[in-house]
Amino acid sequence: MGESVIGAWIAAFLTLGILTFLYKDNVIYKISEAIFIGVSAGYWFITLFWDNLYRKFWVVGIEGGQWELWGGIILGVMMLCRLSRKIGWIARWPMSFIIGAVAGLYMMLYFTSNAMVQIRSTISNLTESVNVGDPYYIIGNIVVAAGTFSGLVYFYFSKEHKGVFGATAKVGIWFIMVTFGAAFGYTVMSRMSLLIGRIDFLLSDWLKLIS
Amino acid sequence: MKREIPLIITFIAGTVFVVAYFVPHSPFNRAESLFNDWFAILAAFAIWLGALNLLKICALKVSRRSKDWYLGFVIIVGFFVTVAVGAYDGVVGLSNVPATAFRDPGTNFDWIYRNVYTPLSATMFAMLAFFVASASYRAFRARNFQATLLLLAGFLVMLGRVPVGDLITGFLPPAYQMSQWATWIMDFPQTAGQRAIMIGIALGIISTSLRVILGIERSRLEGE
Amino acid sequence: MKKLIAPVIIVVVILLLYFVVPKPLEFSPVTSTIILSLIGLALVAMLILTIAGKMIGRRTVFIFIAVALTLPFMMNFKMPIRITPEVQSLYDALEQLPAGSKVLAAYDFDPPSAPELQPMADAFMTYAFKKDLRVIIMGLWPQGPQQAQLSIEAALEDKEVAAKNLQYGVDYVNLGFQAGNEFVIQRMGSAFRGMFARDSKDTPYDDIPLLKGVENFSNIDFVMNFSAGKPGTQEWVQIAVDRFGVTLGAGNTAVQAPGMYPFLKGGQLVGLLGGMSGGAEFELVTGEPGKAAGFMLSQSCAHVVVIAFILIGNVAMLLARKKK
Repeated sequence: MGESVIGAWIAAFLTLGILTFLYKDNVIYKISEAIFIGVSAGYWFITLFWDNLYRKFWVVGIEGGQWELWGGIILGVMMLCRLSRKIGWIARWPMSFIIGAVAGLYMMLYFTSNAMVQIRSTISNLTESVNVGDPYYIIGNIVVAAGTFSGLVYFYFSKEHKGVFGATAKVGIWFIMVTFGAAFGYTVMSRMSLLIGRIDFLLSDWLKLIS
Repeated sequence: MKREIPLIITFIAGTVFVVAYFVPHSPFNRAESLFNDWFAILAAFAIWLGALNLLKICALKVSRRSKDWYLGFVIIVGFFVTVAVGAYDGVVGLSNVPATAFRDPGTNFDWIYRNVYTPLSATMFAMLAFFVASASYRAFRARNFQATLLLLAGFLVMLGRVPVGDLITGFLPPAYQMSQWATWIMDFPQTAGQRAIMIGIALGIISTSLRVILGIERSRLEGE
Repeated sequence: MKKLIAPVIIVVVILLLYFVVPKPLEFSPVTSTIILSLIGLALVAMLILTIAGKMIGRRTVFIFIAVALTLPFMMNFKMPIRITPEVQSLYDALEQLPAGSKVLAAYDFDPPSAPELQPMADAFMTYAFKKDLRVIIMGLWPQGPQQAQLSIEAALEDKEVAAKNLQYGVDYVNLGFQAGNEFVIQRMGSAFRGMFARDSKDTPYDDIPLLKGVENFSNIDFVMNFSAGKPGTQEWVQIAVDRFGVTLGAGNTAVQAPGMYPFLKGGQLVGLLGGMSGGAEFELVTGEPGKAAGFMLSQSCAHVVVIAFILIGNVAMLLARKKK
């Protein structure tokens, strides 16, 4: 038996082990799940060691002489203090750094890409399509503009949804429902694809039933 | 001090990223790069913290012989075997000429990745297909207009995004077949809804970020 | 004893399939039609039972979906796949790249998402190598660089690609993974070597011929991102596109794809491959029909069955309402 055949049998056994959960929770599933958790944690641990600590800190910081990277290590060690009850509070410093950095970066990124660019393109797509004169795109982009506006109105909860405002919000929820419907369709597609992938492994790589 | 120093750190870190976005010149760009580097290293420690915490919990479970303690033991063994194999392959790789990576094809670490990690993780997620199917049969009901709208959009997209949609509507001219309907939904009403959600989330993130940076939002520091 | 019956049956079936059943197993068109008709009949039976007030059990639904997805693997029906505008526009953008262009391929996914993303990633890598594009690989997910390795192996199986005798470090390079999510992209905006001082094989950045002259995004002609979540396409759009001005194409899991349409329509993405069907379209448009295109029959069957399940449930509900 070649190494790849043994590997395929082990992979198949683990695949079937997880699938036994569909019948009911059982010890084979539990063990497979525990192996997954352990291997997964080990995988992340060692990958981060080589790719991050070694290639980033050791190579650049120590061998490359960029001593300012020690700041990251110091914050990292402070983070590990979380494991201790006595000095766990120290971990708040690196956590504060993470929270501050993420808040600062996200504020700008979301403002630019997810708010301003979207508002701009909602309007510019509509004006461009009017200039081109293709009714398919004109109607489509009117739908986008109306849907975006009414959707935003629906999310505005500081004013009671009554009258014209309420009617607009109602249209907004229709658009959001269509969005959720499309998302549902894509989710089904996604989940089925994942199962197809495993069936392909079992039939093709393991049992060699299909070419 | 336990509250003030974290607030100051948050303010400095956040402000540097905001200012560097507008003024990408020294000293702000240098500070931004340095903070990026720190963040990358810190991210590794954050994940290690999670892994070590997992080990701690499992070790306690095993030592106390709690319910299903043997699963904790399996987790610990799985962790250390993977770490040991990855460490060994990494060290051997560095001494090879030319150097090889710990994850290169043919290494033991890659074998574990392909034959243990991949099937386990992939199957875990693949099982969702069964539950989606079951839920579709048991729970997905068009009880009102909005749910019907959702369902219809879902049907059109599900059929239109795979070849069977065009097979069913093959009698229609190509411009009116199912795939075209799915494309229209995705391009226009779906995009409109996504955009409204996206802008709404962005506004929420902007205001929350501002509160965090300015120290108005400090619930994370409660409990001391 | 009763507990042992099911495992024994499973083992016997596996052994039969492994050692006895002739391979490859392929149904004739007639057999395939009969099987599909039987699946349809089973759905009708399910409808009748549900209307009669007998809801089908959870496990029966599981078996049904497993059978409906598995049997099409052995059928040989050709299905017409139409190329959507977002796939076509991605292909057109790639076609405009001259030979020797530097393409950054960001593999931000892991094995659970591989059935959706790996086929399109493999097709992309094969296409890029055939077109003599220089590929720089990296990952914001630790598993990404290993999935990229699978793409390289798949591409090298192609005779035309194999004949090019591609060299690591000259035609392609794997920079590996770095932790830090969007902060990695941001740092790469000022200097790639700031995040990747060495490639995944520990070769110093400056010793890699392909990376000569590559300082930051301004030296990259195209970025292709395969993404299964966060960090992924959204982060690449926010930083690489909107801040540093790169041209970005993306391949996403189907779950994530709808959320990317605002970026697509906003011109922040030049094209989008959504899920396995997007992968199938990309395989066809690049002239490399592969796994994704082959899976479309199974995928179609799955969608029809799920729709049938929803309809059956709803018909039963409507009839129950009428009775009341």
